[in-house]
Amino acid sequence: MFKDPQLLLSVTNPGFIVIIAGILAYFVRHRIARGVVTIGGPLLGLLALAMHQAQGTPLASVEIMELTLVLYQVEKVAIVFGLAFLIAAVVNSIYALHTKDPLQDSMALIYAGAAIAATFCGDLMTVFIFWEVTAISSVFLILRSGSKEAYKASMRYLGVQILSGVLLLMGSAFIMGEFGSLEFSAFLTDGEGLKLGEDPGAIFLFIALGIKAAFPLMHNWLQDSYPKATHTGAVVLSAFTTKLAVYALLRFFPGEDSLIWIGAIMTVFPVFFAVIENDLRKVLAYSLNNQVGFMVCAIGIGTPLALNGAAAHAFCHIIYKGLLFMSMGAVMYRTGTTKATELGGLYRTMPFTAIFCLIGAASISAFPLFSGFVAKSLTMSAVGYEHMAVIWMMLLFASAGVLEHSGIKIPYFAFFGHDSGKRPKEAPFNMLLAMGIAAFFCIWLGFPMLGGVDFLYGLLPYQLEAQKYLDQDLWTTDHVLTQFQLLMFAAFAFIVLNRLKLYPPEKRGVVLDTDWVYRRPVYSSVVWLGAVWHRLGPAMTDSMQGVARRVYDRIEDTFSPKGQLSRGPLSSGIAIWTSIVLAIVMGLALIAGP
Amino acid sequence: MPFDIVSLLPDALVRHLPALVVVFPMLLAPITAVVPSWRVAWAIVLAGIVGSVICAFALVQVVYADGTLSYALGGWAPPLGIEFVVDKMNAPILLLVAIIGTLATIYALPTMVKEIPEEKRALFMSAFILCMAGLLGVAVTGDAFNLFVFLEISSISTYVLVAIGGMNDRRAFTAAFNYLIMGSIGATFYVIGVGFLYAATGTLNMTDLAARIPEVADSTTIHAGFAFIVVGLGLKLAMFPLHQWLPNAYAYSPNFVTVFLAATATKVAFYALVRLLFSVFSPALEFQQMTFTWVLAPLAAIAAITCSFQAVFQTDIKRMLAYSSVAQVGYMLLGLALATELGLSAGLFHLINHAMMKGALFMAVGGVALSLGSSQLRDFAGVARKAPWTMTAMAIAALSLVGVPLTAGFLSKVALFKAALVEGWWWVVVVLAMSSVLAVLYVGRILESTFFKTPGPTQMNVREAPIMLLLPLWVLALANIYFGIDASFITNLTDGAASIAFPGVRP
Repeated sequence: MFKDPQLLLSVTNPGFIVIIAGILAYFVRHRIARGVVTIGGPLLGLLALAMHQAQGTPLASVEIMELTLVLYQVEKVAIVFGLAFLIAAVVNSIYALHTKDPLQDSMALIYAGAAIAATFCGDLMTVFIFWEVTAISSVFLILRSGSKEAYKASMRYLGVQILSGVLLLMGSAFIMGEFGSLEFSAFLTDGEGLKLGEDPGAIFLFIALGIKAAFPLMHNWLQDSYPKATHTGAVVLSAFTTKLAVYALLRFFPGEDSLIWIGAIMTVFPVFFAVIENDLRKVLAYSLNNQVGFMVCAIGIGTPLALNGAAAHAFCHIIYKGLLFMSMGAVMYRTGTTKATELGGLYRTMPFTAIFCLIGAASISAFPLFSGFVAKSLTMSAVGYEHMAVIWMMLLFASAGVLEHSGIKIPYFAFFGHDSGKRPKEAPFNMLLAMGIAAFFCIWLGFPMLGGVDFLYGLLPYQLEAQKYLDQDLWTTDHVLTQFQLLMFAAFAFIVLNRLKLYPPEKRGVVLDTDWVYRRPVYSSVVWLGAVWHRLGPAMTDSMQGVARRVYDRIEDTFSPKGQLSRGPLSSGIAIWTSIVLAIVMGLALIAGP
Repeated sequence: MPFDIVSLLPDALVRHLPALVVVFPMLLAPITAVVPSWRVAWAIVLAGIVGSVICAFALVQVVYADGTLSYALGGWAPPLGIEFVVDKMNAPILLLVAIIGTLATIYALPTMVKEIPEEKRALFMSAFILCMAGLLGVAVTGDAFNLFVFLEISSISTYVLVAIGGMNDRRAFTAAFNYLIMGSIGATFYVIGVGFLYAATGTLNMTDLAARIPEVADSTTIHAGFAFIVVGLGLKLAMFPLHQWLPNAYAYSPNFVTVFLAATATKVAFYALVRLLFSVFSPALEFQQMTFTWVLAPLAAIAAITCSFQAVFQTDIKRMLAYSSVAQVGYMLLGLALATELGLSAGLFHLINHAMMKGALFMAVGGVALSLGSSQLRDFAGVARKAPWTMTAMAIAALSLVGVPLTAGFLSKVALFKAALVEGWWWVVVVLAMSSVLAVLYVGRILESTFFKTPGPTQMNVREAPIMLLLPLWVLALANIYFGIDASFITNLTDGAASIAFPGVRP
């Protein structure tokens, strides 16, 4: 087998290739040579993926401690995620070519490789292993930005990620107990996932995935850490962790009802924060939450159309979210900040970055002819077909919100808006190239007649439904027009709000078209909630930190070398303890009898 | 067995193996003490211990081929005479102690030069081999009182070994003194317990005791004896909250002693407890079952959490690892307290793995401390750049301690998980998971400091550890990886040991 490189490649998990490239990258000190390794690794991975020969059966596995680890198993749905991960890895490597940090390059690739490897494996133990590898390697992307804040954030991040891994392991243990095996084939019978109420370990898995997917109230690690990552690191982070969790949810919990509501709430609540947030990378972090919410909701619905939607959305999302993070990374690299208040008017000197950012913004807002539209439509239609009115309204509101904060706010405040007076140089060529590739995908995947839409729909797990949708529903005038109306309204609302911010309150009497009047309360409430949050947020953060500090102090008080547990003269202390334990054991023995 | 040792040894020798494995090192102790050159003393000790390793290997082979081996000491037939018994339960312990002893002896050569004054070195080696003999004796004996004697032989020599650390760090004297007081309490309790058993049954032989205890199991004398024995041995094996002697004893004794103690002393005490609980008393006894459920398991769980927390906050690496040891003893006790064959096997599996990883960790810390002269965490900043080989080995062992896949620690943790789940003790899984997270924290502190900080002037003189030190260190580090991939050798041994404790289950 090893004599035939072609055969070897066809049974090698592409993730392993990327991981090996990542390890190599650390030792290659020449910058160009390292570039060859970091770009070549994922490309070779793509080749390996293209050459896999069978789906649904283990292609490579090993036996450890009477436990079978299925190291490589290709599923239809895994290809969607794996392919997107591999493309993202190539683009990220190009994007990071100018950096002189072998550790970060290496860790970024290992992180990407681990996510890919986890996508293409066939049992929970292997998933757990790579789950932890992603956690540990990705920490460096935050750590390397060097500030003390970043250090603290990275440690919090690591703690949360490890916790998720431990929960995953606990869940696995229960599944092992129930099914006697950790292989997917043992407990995921055709299309049926785990049931939260019935399978004992499911709840642990659910929470583990929920942490990684940043479910509401488990999401804070994301906004805490991503904006503090390095300018290249944030791009890498945005692609893998949450989408890996989405993939796992898609495999383990398709059709889990609670996911519908979790997803819907996830799409809505970040809108409020994103609209008022000043740091544009943090805005993107919130919008990441919102986007993952769409996917989670679709997984919860669980119909073939919805699952197609989740997969397609993830595929496109990885690319356009990466593009947006890249454009902000370029701004960060050139100006040293992504604060909206310090930016503005950069289009004069960074025209290409501005254009790429706009393409990413158009995609994330699901403008027809851009990739977001072809993906998100699937989910929206699936919700519509199931007649879930409330959910549909929530998603609609969230879609408007996306345009608000990601589609308009990001490019507007960074590249247009008030002129900050900054005249940075255009981004380096490699960054532009990477953004260009991503932008190309955003258009290619969304524009009819270019073949990209057919390609994307051809990848989806439920072929029949995807094809039917493509032929009958996607490009109907009705559908496209509705989307345009929504977008136009949201754009209009932005202009109004922007003016409201600029002008004193008595100017509020701008008349909205009657058609849209019913939406006004929603947007007023956004403004109102925003104001409330503005006061409440810091207060809550303060009190949370206060509580955390007090808890920490108590723990340290008790356990540290100077703490209470370590006080007192040793020998008398232990004599007392010995008598106590003796008394307990003897008492028990006397009570219990033989 | 990987290779056949027994056929290489003469028959007469094979018959006396159970005695030889102890007598060998014990006879060497006085010889070592009077040898004028410490280097010669060291060589004698090494030769003696290698002899013990061969004996232990041969014993494992014999036990697996022919079953339990009984040896009447001096030809006095049991139950009147003292009986040595080697079965599948203690043969692996003998092997573990002998192998770790060998590695520790090799490790002793470079560290002694630094830490022990020249005129004391031969005596030091003598105390060490006596301790070794005591530990092997505890493992091999089949007589409850004789076990006490060997326990005291090993303990008293351990006090000496710890106190020698006072040459460098005067805190070692108080540590040794405290250890002496507490160790004596433990030994006394144990012997009181044995006294009660003798009063109730009229015998000291373990097999005999096991046969007679059920008849008198409802007598208060037996209950009291049971309580004293559990607490006495609990003290010796650092069962929470009777562990307080351990952190200081580990932290301030010479590095070589720490390595040896961490990897063997508490392990042998643990074995003694297993032996007493399963081969003398029986898990079928109601009061023992109650003790498992209401005393051992909760205390073990508290240890796994509390002492991990304490480890997180330590500023001295040796103390940190010492607290971690107490927490890990908690893991083993959890396995034991499950009172199932699976649980006991997992506990023993973790015991052996823990000896490998803690041995390697303490060796690495000692290796750097040789040129650094400190074991404070802050002094370890960036030492990995100065001593990459030492620190890489340490990192491997540290990852094994956390339980990273492809290391031995991972497999034994999985085994514990599995054993707990089969019994439905889900809270044990939660405790282990939480404790593992804490382990990530304290191990993370060490790795972060050693690998990711830049070395300052304090670390100027740090050098790679000498080859004699790297050799045993890497043997253990690689063992952590090897047994993380294929642990069948160890699991076969521990499964065998557990099958002795539960004879009914598997004939």
